[in-house]
Amino acid sequence: MQPENGNHKKERILAAVEAALERYGARREELIPILSDINRALGYLPPEALNEVSRRLKEPHSQVMSVASFYQMLSTKPRGKHVVQFCESAPCHVVGGREVWEALQEHLHLEAGETSPDGQWTLVTVSCLGLCSVGPVIVVDEDVYGNVTPERVPEILARYR
Amino acid sequence: MKMIRSMVLVSGDSLSLERGAEQVLQALQNEIQAFGLSDEVSVMMIGDVGRHDALPMVIVYPEAAVYGPVRPEDVHYLVEEHLYKGRIANDLLAPVRELSGRIAWVAARKGTLPAEQRIVLRRVGLINPDDIEEYILHDGYTALGKVLTEMTPNEVIEEIKKSGLRGRGGAGFPTGAKWSFVAREKSAKKYIICNADESEPGTFKDRIILEGDPHSIIEAMAIAGYAVGADEGYIYVRGEYLLAQERLRRAIEQAREMGFLGKNIFGTDFSFDIHIHTGAGAYICGEETALIESIEGKRGQPRSRPPFPTTYGLWGKPTVVNNVETLANVPPIVLNGADWYRRFGTPSSPGTKVYTILGNVNVTGVIEVPMGITLREVINIYAKGMKGGAAFKLAQTGGSSGSLIPASLQDTPMDFDSYAKAGVALGSGALLICDENTCVVDLVKVLMNFFRKESCGKCNPCRIGTQRAYEIMCAIAEGRGKMEDLDQLLWLSENMYLLSNCGLGQTAGTPIKDMLKHFRAEVEAHIALHVCPTGVCKIKAFA
Repeated sequence: MQPENGNHKKERILAAVEAALERYGARREELIPILSDINRALGYLPPEALNEVSRRLKEPHSQVMSVASFYQMLSTKPRGKHVVQFCESAPCHVVGGREVWEALQEHLHLEAGETSPDGQWTLVTVSCLGLCSVGPVIVVDEDVYGNVTPERVPEILARYR
Repeated sequence: MKMIRSMVLVSGDSLSLERGAEQVLQALQNEIQAFGLSDEVSVMMIGDVGRHDALPMVIVYPEAAVYGPVRPEDVHYLVEEHLYKGRIANDLLAPVRELSGRIAWVAARKGTLPAEQRIVLRRVGLINPDDIEEYILHDGYTALGKVLTEMTPNEVIEEIKKSGLRGRGGAGFPTGAKWSFVAREKSAKKYIICNADESEPGTFKDRIILEGDPHSIIEAMAIAGYAVGADEGYIYVRGEYLLAQERLRRAIEQAREMGFLGKNIFGTDFSFDIHIHTGAGAYICGEETALIESIEGKRGQPRSRPPFPTTYGLWGKPTVVNNVETLANVPPIVLNGADWYRRFGTPSSPGTKVYTILGNVNVTGVIEVPMGITLREVINIYAKGMKGGAAFKLAQTGGSSGSLIPASLQDTPMDFDSYAKAGVALGSGALLICDENTCVVDLVKVLMNFFRKESCGKCNPCRIGTQRAYEIMCAIAEGRGKMEDLDQLLWLSENMYLLSNCGLGQTAGTPIKDMLKHFRAEVEAHIALHVCPTGVCKIKAFA
């Protein structure tokens, strides 16, 4: 990835915060939707964004951080360009999920929670996504794949390369 | 409305969309136009149709013919045969065609299959969820009109009490009693919350209701609001359910436009409005006090109880928290009466239950059947038997906090009380059916991993207990286990049950207890013989 110009990056972050606050209002009870929107726009929640949210909501930084670090869909660490989520819950597990997980690790050369050095991929395990009748299930970015087999893994990943 | 002779529905759940349902819809529209049928045939995309074996599916009414999987290139032939020439395109029919909504009913009339009994799913797959007019045509908002113009709040509560409706989120608490607790609170502000944070592994019944019939939840919440004296409601939808969120937003807008939400509904003094709050990925937020914390914009950590939400809920106000499926039962009960509702199910658990069928069976999906049918019936009739003819070993109910049901209990009626008597739990309605090739140690290890990750960390028994239990299960699975570990597991399970703050920790040890009660020999084989009888666990170390 091209290293981003510092000022440009800061502007992008502030713009994302601004858009989220505009949409929901600078209120404490909207903190989760606000952070979700920022996370979606930037791929994660950089410290600058959390600081700005804390300042605008007049909430202590610790409070904002306590929410940002609690929910699975929010990330305080940078993530890859594509995020692969693998459902590791029992319904997917018993219909072949284990083998799919091994295939994912093998093809991406990543362990759970890791991001590839080139910033392309992040691999995470998640709990049930509610798509259990078509398990094993993986989600790449916002695309859902059901009835996944180890053989299908390379073909699915190739769509994002 | 224009008169139509055929209605064509295209499945629009996420998997169908991935497989080109949009293109199929587009092709249908083009072909119908090309054949000059636009005035007599309606086409629309609906949500999840409740079965997932041949997606995308196209359902044509009134014949209730289910086609699938349909590719865009099949559409010309389909339209020509069925809609233009009027004969069923047999070669495109979905393989098992008896398992959904009206279709089940149609097939049952021919005496081929036992029908489902659909109460909460009665409109799912049959109406366009994005069109409030279709909901109204199917008795929509009639129950709300009835309570507002013909019943006192107290009469509504009494009717729900009489119906015996019990919470469908897992605990089975009587709904009427819960409402009466909030109704008797003297507070100017009260809230109705719909718990749509369905995250119990294996459970997606609420998603089907939200995607297929969102107005039923809005109507039920307004009825609940009238009954207890609340003028505001929240639907807490899990963050991953994007389609459900979208459908609910549109439904709320339409309900406001038509005056079913807002001020002076049906010209009465009653006002009610609903907000949507989306989660951000946390299983624990399905726990009602954690959910309330999350709506308030905090970490989703459960509160200490008492006080219960019925007295001290959202922003400290008396609050009803009901599950989606529970609420979906309310309008039909109001409309048809408690006596009608009690005709279904068992005396102590009236009504129906929506189950999700999963695992090593031939047909997976959603069914709605009366309370009290047995696991054997579910497997043999609705799931069409075990995959590959393998033997049934165990079923895991209600997601991760459910029980392991061994084969010996497969003839126990599935209702709250019969299951409680047998020492197991019905849970939220997931039936993960496992065959003889499933290793119980491996399964319980996966369940413990789930609890370890989803524990909110607020109280020690759960945070440390789930982690420790997972470590022990890993050791057993890898052949490093000791016999005394089993005592340790039981001790942990007991203490998590006694000491944890909320339901997550209290039930986290259930799979361990069930495993040691019903499958102890298999666990001991891992420890004493360093053998996994099913060959699933990779035994690494030999003592």
